Amino acid sequence: MISKTPVSLITGASRGIGRAAALKLAQTGHELILIARDLIALEQVQADCQALGALVSIYAVDLTDRDAVTALFRQIHTALQDKALSHLVHCAGQMQDSLLAMTRLTDMDKLMALNVGATVQLCQLASKLMLRHKTGHLLLLSSKVAEAGSAGQAVYAATKGAVSALVKSLAKELGPTGIRVNAVAPGFIETDLTAHYSEEKKQQLMAQISLRRLGQADEVAAAIGFLCSTDAGYITGHILAVDGGFSV
Amino acid sequence: MSNELIQTNTAKLTTAFATALVVADTQIHDDLAYNSIKEWDSTAHMLLIAELENVFNVMLDTDDIIDMSSVAKAKVILSKYGVSF
Ligand SMILES: NC(=O)c1ccc[n+]([C@@H]2O[C@H](COP(=O)([O-])OP(=O)(O)OC[C@H]3O[C@@H](n4cnc5c(N)ncnc54)[C@H](OP(=O)(O)O)[C@@H]3O)[C@@H](O)[C@H]2O)c1
Repeated sequence: MISKTPVSLITGASRGIGRAAALKLAQTGHELILIARDLIALEQVQADCQALGALVSIYAVDLTDRDAVTALFRQIHTALQDKALSHLVHCAGQMQDSLLAMTRLTDMDKLMALNVGATVQLCQLASKLMLRHKTGHLLLLSSKVAEAGSAGQAVYAATKGAVSALVKSLAKELGPTGIRVNAVAPGFIETDLTAHYSEEKKQQLMAQISLRRLGQADEVAAAIGFLCSTDAGYITGHILAVDGGFSV
Repeated sequence: MSNELIQTNTAKLTTAFATALVVADTQIHDDLAYNSIKEWDSTAHMLLIAELENVFNVMLDTDDIIDMSSVAKAKVILSKYGVSF
């Protein structure tokens, strides 16, 4: 009998949006494969998701280590046996705040390697697992700044612009094989990624957000939950803003 | 390597090609090349790679995926991963 339980691989699952996505998909009956570098944090998320009834495996991997990522997918391929990988929810990412003149090119390379390079490699490896079943879904994390730009975050915005371009292109390329490709584009979400913002800066940002408040990780996870549901089966190539009207 | 195993691998390869390209087993021969029939287009090539990886439980390097331009070439490439023909 073919199992109907969707299997979702979530990167960046130790914290923030990835953790919230794991809890959301656990609630809605997904089997989970969780990835990040911090094993202890992953174990805690695993326990939280198991308490919701989900089957959860965890892997501590630095996604900028290409050989380690390839080895990880070998392991996943074996572990899945005949089961299909239903969703890749790629939340792992970092932000870099620096003005152009103060951007070290070595730092740019590191950010590119994670936000762009690892994203391409994950899409490549996950789509190969999906192709055989002629179904699957790649869900990436873009950002409001990909479209709008952000002074002092040019390189970070460029990496997210690359993610959006990847979504559009891969939706076209992989659509004929039954694989959907989408992204969510959060605005300002209160996670570790944005924890360094001062209260004053947050107040300034809130004034520009239609809903006049900052977003929470579970609000992004709700959109992820929808895009990973059968209700979204005809949605591909879409970048869904979850930003309280920040981009309006 | 036993003859039996080699025959099994050849049969598995033929079935994998026929499944991915959606053609009859009889159409699969060493000279069959990428883009030489309309069924072996770029989309079918991706499906073929996934099928071969699954059937032989290997993960092909990107260079090998690019190089896999015929059935004969597929055999040579898979041999590098310990699959004998
Ligand atoms: N928060 C926002 O306002 C916002 C807005 C727009 C877009 N986004 C995007 O949303 C995604 C998630 O952001 P977040 O706010 O949840 O960030 P976060 O709280 O800082 O979490 C980032 C996650 O990525 C993982 N990670 C970082 N580097 C990694 C690496 N080299 N290898 C493996 N995992 C790595 C971290 O886990 P470990 O440290 O355990 O490895 C963590 O789980 C990112 O792509 C971000 O760009 C966020």
